[in-house]
Amino acid sequence: MLAFILRRILQSIAVLVAVGLVAFSLFRYVGDPINAMVGQDTTMEEREALREKLGLNDAAPIQFLRFIGNAARGNFGLSYRTSEPVGRLILERVPATLELSLCAAVFVLFVGVPMGVYTGLYPRHWSSRLLQAISLIGISLPTFLIGILLILVFAVMLHWLPSFGRGDTVQVGWWTTNFLTWSGVKALILPSITLGLFQLTLIMRLVRSEMLEVMRTDYIKFARARGLTNRAINFGHALKNTLVPVITVAGLQLGSLIAFAVVTETVFAWPGVGQLFIQSVQFSDIPVMAAYLLLIGLFFVLINLTVDLLYFAVDPRLRSQGGGARVAGH
Amino acid sequence: MASASGQTGWLHRVADSDVWWSFKSSPLTVVAALATFLIVAVAFLAPVLAPHTPFDPATLSLSDGLKPPVLISPDGDWTFPLGTDDQGRDVLSSIMYGTRLSLVVSLAAVAVAMVLGISLGLVSGYFGGTVDAVIMRVADVQLTFPAILVALLIDGVVRGIISVKRHDEIAIFVVVGAIGLSFWVSYARTVRGSVMVERNKEYVQAARVIGLSPLLIMVRHVLPNVTGPVLVIATLNLGLAIITEATLSFLGVGLPSTEPSLGTLIRLGNEVLQSGDWWITVFPGITLAALVLAVNLLGDWLRDALNPKLR
Amino acid sequence: MATQSNNPPLLEVRNLRVEFPTRRGTLLAVDDVSFDIAPGEVLGVVGESGAGKSLTGNAIIGLLEPPGRVAGGEIRLEGRRIDNLPYEEMRKVRGARIGAIFQDPLTSLNPLYSVGRQLVETIQTHLPLSAADARKRALDLLKEVGIPGAESRIDHYPHQFSGGMRQRVVIALALCAGPRLIVADEPTTALDVSIQAQIIALLKRLCREHGTAVMLVTHDMGVIAETADRVAVMYAGRVAEIGPVREVVKHAKHPYTKGLMGSIPSLGVRTERLTQIDGAMPRLTEIPRGCAFNPRCTERGSRCMVERPDLMAAGTTRAACWLHDRGGVGAPVSKEAVDA
Repeated sequence: MLAFILRRILQSIAVLVAVGLVAFSLFRYVGDPINAMVGQDTTMEEREALREKLGLNDAAPIQFLRFIGNAARGNFGLSYRTSEPVGRLILERVPATLELSLCAAVFVLFVGVPMGVYTGLYPRHWSSRLLQAISLIGISLPTFLIGILLILVFAVMLHWLPSFGRGDTVQVGWWTTNFLTWSGVKALILPSITLGLFQLTLIMRLVRSEMLEVMRTDYIKFARARGLTNRAINFGHALKNTLVPVITVAGLQLGSLIAFAVVTETVFAWPGVGQLFIQSVQFSDIPVMAAYLLLIGLFFVLINLTVDLLYFAVDPRLRSQGGGARVAGH
Repeated sequence: MASASGQTGWLHRVADSDVWWSFKSSPLTVVAALATFLIVAVAFLAPVLAPHTPFDPATLSLSDGLKPPVLISPDGDWTFPLGTDDQGRDVLSSIMYGTRLSLVVSLAAVAVAMVLGISLGLVSGYFGGTVDAVIMRVADVQLTFPAILVALLIDGVVRGIISVKRHDEIAIFVVVGAIGLSFWVSYARTVRGSVMVERNKEYVQAARVIGLSPLLIMVRHVLPNVTGPVLVIATLNLGLAIITEATLSFLGVGLPSTEPSLGTLIRLGNEVLQSGDWWITVFPGITLAALVLAVNLLGDWLRDALNPKLR
Repeated sequence: MATQSNNPPLLEVRNLRVEFPTRRGTLLAVDDVSFDIAPGEVLGVVGESGAGKSLTGNAIIGLLEPPGRVAGGEIRLEGRRIDNLPYEEMRKVRGARIGAIFQDPLTSLNPLYSVGRQLVETIQTHLPLSAADARKRALDLLKEVGIPGAESRIDHYPHQFSGGMRQRVVIALALCAGPRLIVADEPTTALDVSIQAQIIALLKRLCREHGTAVMLVTHDMGVIAETADRVAVMYAGRVAEIGPVREVVKHAKHPYTKGLMGSIPSLGVRTERLTQIDGAMPRLTEIPRGCAFNPRCTERGSRCMVERPDLMAAGTTRAACWLHDRGGVGAPVSKEAVDA
């Protein structure tokens, strides 16, 4: 088991290095950093001198290491667009994105999983079919469209909820939070639903299809043949076996909420990291793009690692085998 | 004689097959197929069917601006049945051309992803060793990120390299490339898996002994085997590609307003949404949703029909 | 051993029909099957794949998978009808009065629960025992089925047992609530040959000790010959022959059974050639008129082509064949005449 953990950690590091390489290549080789920094009338000699001073003529590996070193300290250079330090830009926006993602994740888990279990246990009931139909619509609507429709109905027409912005936030240390003000909480509702809806339908369908497969297995048949109650079968045997493979996918999906926030934040003018990223793509603000890439990469690698370890804790088959091949449930 | 009966014989086999039966027996799927067909037909015939050419500035007049849809308010008129936007562009025609673009881009993107993925999968599976390791590592790294981010990244990088003037001209290629590049991995993995299974079979070694190119033999044997799974992935991807393209355009980094797809139209309409002129955004939105829904329904049906476990 | 004991039969199956609605029409997979099982006896049900033996077993325990359904007939356990019970009533019957064992021990056990938990859960579902008593009973059962080191292994997970050990656990699970009848569907097919004999011997011994009857469904005649008291031979959803094991094996009365017995190699007897029955069992959509076996039968007559035979007395067994009817088979019909 220890071998497995070690191997996964090494893999994670490898992926991080690769991501770092990509970020570095972006940073260094896309466009010309010097041109972005200086005015029109800077002379060639001055540009050369600046290039030398910033170490842009050093060998690539050295620059890469310097890049990583700087990144580890939170130094990502200056934004091409606003000339502010990228690190600071990102940091002040992280709480907004994290809180939004957290809300959305709660929405997805506490509504999506039960819905999936229900439609998996009673697939032929009319309510299940209705939920299935709605979920199909949920998968077909792009996130931004959902956001626009929600804004149209709840903000523009009904005036119940705000249509953009974060509302009033409270500063707690270096963190700003929405949860402590009523306007902050109201502002969270529509964006969270928008962000979470797509994932919710995915999770619901996943849980449903896993549930249906589990209900067809031999051990469920044998459990019935032993006369176990429906409750014991559905919520004891079936549910546990359904959730185990779902955990990995669910974990990864919830992690990806952070990335999908990009769209939601744009629709709702939510001042988070995602909105920053979009602006950087529009303006070709490479340092911000590179920094975002690196951070998201780190985040995803950590999530993947955590989910893999979680799988271990839950599936007894992996524990004694030393976790060789990934066992696909059932 | 033989060829004629051969052709009708093929038609009979299709009509008799399980796939056709399951299609006919699901009214929802038939509706979805019809809807898709309708949308696709209208979209491709847009130059012929559209009452206006909304993106030719010469035909526009600002006095036509912001007309509401004809049945909703007395200000509307039948020349602009779904209303106009603030520049006087007819919403209905914009939707037709926009749908066309959305479809073209998405289909092209899926095609790119398929070609790229299948080729890389073949190479990776056949040659194994370092080549395989490298390709799979790249795949792993790419899979760490959701497709939309990959597409955004590629888009942003290209923008950084190409000067602003040319952005609009090549936007369509950039978008197709970006989306295609974000989807290749699933195809590659599936094909690679099949190749690795076939690679060890005796007929491949036999072919090598005879002197035939084993790669060609494998392609002939592997490709038919993977058609099913590849089709399944493609159906999943098509809906997602349409959504991704729409999202990119909505965010302002996809197709520009000079050549708008449905996503771009929604973005343009969103800017006036607060003032209550909802039709500019909602109608393209409905069209987009209907298109993706229909495609997804068809995809669902196709997957169930092809799934041997469910037969 | 007498075919009919003086006690009333434990299980009575009368005219059982199981059908499957499909898009090509309704298929009859089990067609008018009747037999009894006496308390404590082992009835073997043998036949090729697709003959309907598993479906009969499933119908008896009430676990036919939809769209299959019981379309006719009666099943009685200890005199009480069980084929038309509501789900909750039948649930109480399952495990407590009828147990079941399936083919693959690996997939029969929930991989995420320890063996002990699965045993205790089943015991407590049917018997009013405390957790501690239930665990004791589970432990005793594990020892009875021959799991070494039962005290520690009771908390192990299924994947930590070998195939043979797992099937022993499955047997323990099937017996733990004290059923009168066990339906065993191919219990040894998925096991190594060397283990098969052990498991069969175990099953036989346990059932004798507990007085449990067994309906042993298998395609392996060797197992039947070793273990069963009586055997029913199924063909195309029907019972072709039924009788005491020794009689059916040595003096088969139905042409199909004769072919079946003749195709089994035997160490003791010298044979020139093994019998091979031409053709194959018909698909459910193409069951011939009259006797289902007639296309492959070397002794058929004109009557066999039109009238379907019921089980009739043939010496000490009963066979569904006109050969044993006073009216005979009618004019012999050669193979060529039909195939032309």
